[in-house]
Amino acid sequence: MHNNYVYIKIPSLSVNESFARAAVAAFCSSLNPTMSEISDIKTAVSEAVTNAVVHAYENEIGEIEIQCRIKGQVVEIIVEDFGCGIADVEKAREPLFTTRPELERSGMGFSVMESFMDELVVLSEKDVGTKVILRKKISEKKQKTLNEEFDDEKSEDD
Amino acid sequence: MNIQFIETGQVLTIKLRGELDHHSADEARVLIDEKIKNEKYNKLVIDLKGLDFIDSSGIGFVIGRYKVIRKRNGVIEIINAGKKVRKILDMSGIGKIIKIK
Repeated sequence: MHNNYVYIKIPSLSVNESFARAAVAAFCSSLNPTMSEISDIKTAVSEAVTNAVVHAYENEIGEIEIQCRIKGQVVEIIVEDFGCGIADVEKAREPLFTTRPELERSGMGFSVMESFMDELVVLSEKDVGTKVILRKKISEKKQKTLNEEFDDEKSEDD
Repeated sequence: MNIQFIETGQVLTIKLRGELDHHSADEARVLIDEKIKNEKYNKLVIDLKGLDFIDSSGIGFVIGRYKVIRKRNGVIEIINAGKKVRKILDMSGIGKIIKIK
């Protein structure tokens, strides 16, 4: 089977955060993910894109590129910016670390990406940009009856 | 993001509907802080029943309001968080400083 992919390029406007996560979620729907898998992916994408909006391009609008690829049952999402880069990636990934507490940043972005996805890779170079790679395996589902699907959605919604 | 305020004496209930991310939190912050400038409120109840999405920016936003209200010895409470929203709240450890019902 041919591997499916999509490329999205957006300016780093905060209004695009919701578009980016919704677009990635829609692209993943061919793998028939559960509501909770979709919710995890949306949250992780939101974190990565928000980082680019807030930190990569501090006082300017730059570009954010999102590549999304399906490899078997695995979704790979790459969020890339061409902004200021992260001085110390290891430090940035520590829970609750933030360079912008005055903006009410919680410092949890990378922790959320890490715990909601199976894999997180962060590559960054000062004044060149940052590339965040997120991977998640979508569980294979047995064929369900309509009643079972309805019950699942009810319990996930609640 | 849709915000609704309900006043009951010194308690201000804030109903948030829609998606709470960095973009909508910036808008919500301005509206809510304007409202709670009124010092009669000593308790904020944040009702998340209608919230479909929250990320760490939403957590930062809630902690921010907690700091505002704590300055005047007020309290803050979160109610009606759904399963998806609850997952982030639990992960953040916010429950240690804010009551989640």
